[in-house]
Amino acid sequence: MATINLTVNKKKYEVDADPQMPLLWVIRDFIGLTGTKYGCGIAQCGACTVHVGDAAVRSCTIPVESVRDQQITTIEGISKDGEHPVQRAWEEIDVPQCGYCQSGQIMAAVALLKSNSKPTDEDINESMTNICRCGTYNRIKKAIKLASENG
Amino acid sequence: MDKLSLADKTQRPKAINASEIQSSGYTINRRNFFKLLGGGVAIALTHSYVYAWQELGQSMGSALPDEESIAAWIHILEDGSISVFTGKVEVGQNIRTSLAQLVAEELAVPLPRITMTMGDTLLCPYDQGTYGSRTTPYMGPKLRKAAASLKEALVEMAATQWKIPKESVQAKDGQLIHSGSGQALDYGEITKGKKILLPVNDQAALTPPQQWTIAGTSVPKTNGRDFVSGKHQYVSDMELPDMVYGKILRAPSYGASLVSAAIEKAQVSANVTVVQEEGFIGVTAPDPQTAANALAKIDAQWHAAPQPAKAEIFTYLKENSRQNNNEDPAQAEARKAFEASTIRLEQRVEVQYIAHVPLEPRAAVATWGDGQLTVWTGTQRPFGVQEELAEAFSVPKSSIRVFMPDTGSAYGGKHSGEAALEAARLAKAVGKPVKVVWTREEEFKWAYFRPAGLIEMAAAVDDDGLISSWEFHNYNSGGAGIDLPYEASVKHIQFHPSRTPLKQGSYRALASTANIFAIESMMDDLARQLKQNPLDFRLANLKDERLKGVLKAAAGKFGWEKEKVADHGYGIACGFVKNSYIATCVEVAYNRSSEQLSVLRIVAAFDCGAIVNPLHLENQVMGCVLQGLGGALFEEVDFKDGRILNPSLSSYRVPRFADIPPLDIVLLDRKDIPSAGAGETPIVGIAPAIRNAIADATGVKLSSLPLIPQGLKLTN
Repeated sequence: MATINLTVNKKKYEVDADPQMPLLWVIRDFIGLTGTKYGCGIAQCGACTVHVGDAAVRSCTIPVESVRDQQITTIEGISKDGEHPVQRAWEEIDVPQCGYCQSGQIMAAVALLKSNSKPTDEDINESMTNICRCGTYNRIKKAIKLASENG
Repeated sequence: MDKLSLADKTQRPKAINASEIQSSGYTINRRNFFKLLGGGVAIALTHSYVYAWQELGQSMGSALPDEESIAAWIHILEDGSISVFTGKVEVGQNIRTSLAQLVAEELAVPLPRITMTMGDTLLCPYDQGTYGSRTTPYMGPKLRKAAASLKEALVEMAATQWKIPKESVQAKDGQLIHSGSGQALDYGEITKGKKILLPVNDQAALTPPQQWTIAGTSVPKTNGRDFVSGKHQYVSDMELPDMVYGKILRAPSYGASLVSAAIEKAQVSANVTVVQEEGFIGVTAPDPQTAANALAKIDAQWHAAPQPAKAEIFTYLKENSRQNNNEDPAQAEARKAFEASTIRLEQRVEVQYIAHVPLEPRAAVATWGDGQLTVWTGTQRPFGVQEELAEAFSVPKSSIRVFMPDTGSAYGGKHSGEAALEAARLAKAVGKPVKVVWTREEEFKWAYFRPAGLIEMAAAVDDDGLISSWEFHNYNSGGAGIDLPYEASVKHIQFHPSRTPLKQGSYRALASTANIFAIESMMDDLARQLKQNPLDFRLANLKDERLKGVLKAAAGKFGWEKEKVADHGYGIACGFVKNSYIATCVEVAYNRSSEQLSVLRIVAAFDCGAIVNPLHLENQVMGCVLQGLGGALFEEVDFKDGRILNPSLSSYRVPRFADIPPLDIVLLDRKDIPSAGAGETPIVGIAPAIRNAIADATGVKLSSLPLIPQGLKLTN
């Protein structure tokens, strides 16, 4: 156990946890932000995607101690009530089916658009490796492009 | 640190104090409905509605149905809001939205006035479950009829109040309008002070789909904002005060029995509890990681039992299948016709077990209090889980509330209540609320699979290119979609149930995927043998106009007659399940030097009768086709000695962005035909269409699902 200083969504937390505990569980079970999801535990599905700085990372395999004092952003931190341009595009295209993967998809898309404001289909295929088991992929692509046009 | 309380996390309508109702020991019924849910006007629709009810308090005689027969309630509250109670559940098919559209349409109210209370055994009447594409064709029309009856009753009430003929009252936008004076009364005003329970009026006129203004339109997901903001609380997100996390000890392989277990070492700290009951060992801890660490310290000895492996599965399924001793005369006839024919083919198709992989694994939160058990869990059968719990803990169903918040998908894979039972067992033992969330590995190993199957078939065509004989045997995977949609002079079709080494169960479209894959592969190969265009061959052997309709629509959009590039192939397939029709066209390309097969584009045409919501229907068709892409190309469960060898998302491959080709969807809106479900049928066309396209491009006739888990190599 160790005391770890974290900054999540610009708010500072002092967390008393195993330094090796994956960031995901600290975000969900200690800080209580549940928009970030568990899907596989091995960084394969992307449901747990958050930002460390501007980079999209898979929080299920990142030890919490490795992100001490860094800026962590979760789905709850990109807007107050879903008004981020990417979230708006998601809503306009009506992407979600079950919705479980969509926090992670949105976080991955926000990071993509920060580094590449006009992504092509190929760019999206390459950088978006999150799984949507409901198969909303084509709508996600559409929503990313819409956000790119609006953003 | 702020911890959210459960009250913020559930979706229960504000007007209802569910915990009060539960502690009162009531279930909602026609006698206490208004007492528990507030006044107004309500209608209860039954599974048959062959009877009529009188106003509450009058003639409650023996002619009344028992509560079991109630299928749903629609309740207009005194504030004009409308509550619909149905045991159906939302798993991503967006039925919460489309059922509300149907009610809003028939009741003539704006959609936002409607609150759907779903999947709550306390507040909703019994429902078998949400599966089999049954919600739209069965619950949909009943809700429409009930809503239309309710609207007519409101019109009559207004007419009585205004002392005018009911023909002079119009219901519109949640208001009753006096057509002479223009005077308007909100639905809430007319129901104020009333406690009237109405019968369904079978004569109530339904709005024909041609005149729909709310149903039939692309309304976005009702609570869509919650799903893009991370606010929606899935079961795995819930938390109760004082709650602990549970983990369960699992056997190392199927069929293994526990010999001994040293549990002492699991007691890693004072706040860990180890629960050992007959055939069950679990631990609880204040956080999931501590629970997992504690569980890992249990030293258990197991006795393994021999289990068949993937390598021998098809022999096993056939050897263990139930054979029919009474020979069907049609079988001998079919064989005779087959032998007599010169244009004939025999085929054997093998279909592997595949996993649903719902992205939210099984999860449950359970709490006991005053002999009452409350469980939140993601299941397609909340009432089935309630029964499982009642049996397991020997408590009456009325003491158990199972609630299913909108869940992170199911695809037929969440009919059962394993996590609910585990959480309830641990909660009972430790005297605290317990949350159990399965790991991905547990979901792969201890849920259930789509059945593997072996199909053997023989078919012949006559000189006119018409099917003269059809013999078809399915071992284990199931009878869904097994009937031949084509005309045939003589046919013998049989499903042989078998013993399965892996736990198997429902899956999107069930065995239709396997059976239609086999049928459509055979149809293509017969066409090829006849040197006929596969589309023309199908149309020539079909009478079903709807199936012909989707075939032509898909082929038209695809450009079936267009010239192909070398090493490209076109494939087509069609099928129907549960009154909906799909045809799929695929173009593939095979790069001979890199030995890479690519699916370049897909066109799917779908007809499920009158479309309730085009936006969500398109999403369902897309979801089916893209999920089907995985089972078609690479998904398969590997197993040996009772162990799943690929229980992770790095070893079990599912479709990702890079696997997804452009997909065009053609929706045929048949307003003249009752709406059918759409969450299953569109999956059946993709695998055979790809298989047939590969045959077209390369000449290789594949006969197993998945088609190319290791890629496609033409050279050795």
